[in-house]
Amino acid sequence: MRMKGRFGAFGGAYVPEILMPALEQLEAAFLDAQQDVAFQAELAELLAKYAGRPTPLTRCRNLGSAKARLYLKREDLLHGGAHKTNQVLGQAMLACRMGKRRIIAETGAGQHGVATALAGALFGLETRIYMGAHDVERQKLNVFRMQLMGAEVVPVESGSAGLKDAINEALRDWTASFADTHYLLGTVAGPHPFPLMVREYQRVIGIEARAQILEEEGRLPDAVIACVGGGSNAMGMFSDFVEDEDVRLIGVEAAGKGLDGAEHGATLLRGRPGILHGAETYVLQDADGQISESWSVSAGLDYPAVGPEHAYLKDSGRAEYVGATDQEALDAFALLARSEGIVCAFESAHALAYALKMIEEAREELVLVVNLSGRGDKDMEQAQLLLGLKP
Amino acid sequence: MTRYRQMFDRLDNKGAFGAFVMLGDPDIETSAAILDALVEGGADMIELGIPFSDPVADGPVIQAAAERALANRVTPSDCFALIRDFRAKHASVPVGILTYANIVLARGMEAFYRSASVAGVDSVLVADVPAFEAEPFARTARAAGVAPVMIAAPNTPSETLQRLAVLGGGYTYCVARAGVTGAGDDISLNHDALFGELRRLGAPPPVLGFGISTPDHVKAALDAGAAGVISGSAIVRLIEAGAEGVADRIRAFVASMKEAA
Ligand SMILES: Cc1ncc(COP(=O)(O)O)c(C=O)c1O
Repeated sequence: MRMKGRFGAFGGAYVPEILMPALEQLEAAFLDAQQDVAFQAELAELLAKYAGRPTPLTRCRNLGSAKARLYLKREDLLHGGAHKTNQVLGQAMLACRMGKRRIIAETGAGQHGVATALAGALFGLETRIYMGAHDVERQKLNVFRMQLMGAEVVPVESGSAGLKDAINEALRDWTASFADTHYLLGTVAGPHPFPLMVREYQRVIGIEARAQILEEEGRLPDAVIACVGGGSNAMGMFSDFVEDEDVRLIGVEAAGKGLDGAEHGATLLRGRPGILHGAETYVLQDADGQISESWSVSAGLDYPAVGPEHAYLKDSGRAEYVGATDQEALDAFALLARSEGIVCAFESAHALAYALKMIEEAREELVLVVNLSGRGDKDMEQAQLLLGLKP
Repeated sequence: MTRYRQMFDRLDNKGAFGAFVMLGDPDIETSAAILDALVEGGADMIELGIPFSDPVADGPVIQAAAERALANRVTPSDCFALIRDFRAKHASVPVGILTYANIVLARGMEAFYRSASVAGVDSVLVADVPAFEAEPFARTARAAGVAPVMIAAPNTPSETLQRLAVLGGGYTYCVARAGVTGAGDDISLNHDALFGELRRLGAPPPVLGFGISTPDHVKAALDAGAAGVISGSAIVRLIEAGAEGVADRIRAFVASMKEAA
């Protein structure tokens, strides 16, 4: 490895020795590609002409007020329907650069699976997606989209049959298949270089948002807010604001059925440092170190670990982490639809829910940017069920 | 002299047969009887898993073993107690632990290795700690008098082999093939180069594991220059078949494997 892959005390590469050469190969390919003008030009062109960047920054017309202004970074408008496409294109290009013919990925909400499937189709790579059986059930529409684009979807029954278990299965596949297969991990978690690489490919969100808000407001926002599952859309949004010390960085975790119980996905709020899926980071676990099952209404936030850079930002105090419950997220989801005509993903609704709380409590001028990480089509069936709507 | 050293010396140029099972599988009482059966069958060294909820280096057979143990609420403390009782009966058999990093960290690194040492453990292998991250684990293990076993694979570059030759103790766990644990016919035995390189670097003796499930595998691995073999999934499968007569089945299987060593 050229780097230690650490964010303060967090991160690293805790994988079986047999996977280390694959991580080293990936690190080298990524770092070289960062310096490769032709690679960067091709990626920029794909992001613009295939994926639809830049995404707009929308000022809400009806939520917020003249004094408390709410802006949405519209990753829901990106091709594929979520921010996931940003980094999948970069990794798929790296897979080709490394001469791999096959890609595998885990998915929770199915958005990363959809993004991986579209990249697999685009680059002619054989694609297999591991997805918890529980998530297959609650995000059916995305399963069909993946299959339509030619990906094989493998339901994972072990453990809690969720995102954590899908990652376990993808890692097991990769320990046997790394010679011809790239593991296209979907978030800023996992061993080095994934947290660094995925952040760099998601950084475009914050770069655009920073320029857009300066143009709109003539100043930086008071806070940028993003939901945190593994943490990729949040790192994408935060990274370009980290040096702007007056901008609060707020990550919203899934408080599920409440932070006092066990049914949540609030790793940074309720976990403690440990090692899962290749990284030293905050983990939901029992006293012996067995990993706890998480819960969230949103499959994408239903994960008992978190990207190691968030662990670092939490401990250093640079970012704040808060929770939004299932109910708060559902309310925000419904409110956004009614008042702005935007149907967002359940995941993104967590970030919105916290922003709405801040707006409600605002006494002074307040400018907020919420990363609307994805659109809500995948959640329609669950929304009907949970909001009591009949088709 | 360590128990591993004594064992390798005693075996002279014959290979060591190592047996792996998951501690507390299917329950603590049966597990204690299984440990005895391993020795009675002729195992030279035994390797014991402490169950972890998310064993990414393990295939379905050993995953299921961990699930059975965890379903019976087997804790790391139970595992150390099992080893302590085993050690009281079997003074000279080297005992290694195989587990995952979070289990070590949750107890506290120093506390974990101290507990292991007090229980009579000779070595600890942490499946998801490669040489790149091993230094603090190895240092803490040695301070507690426990040998840190390192993993080497046929694709491990020579700088890493050099590093693990220095860091490692007890034996060097060589993986027979890419992939997770599991019994199968797909093991590749072209490890002569790896074994030779490890010997040249002065690494602890190379022991081959992953997929070793027949006497032929044992013979071939030892012929290729391994100092020993470890068979895991093939033994764990005998436990999966049910508690009835499990000690007899295991004793017979271990004896057949040991005969080939
Ligand atoms: C729309 C959307 N937002 C957020 C997430 C959570 O992932 P991350 O925290 O990596 O952004 C997901 C994951 O599936 C998602 O689909």
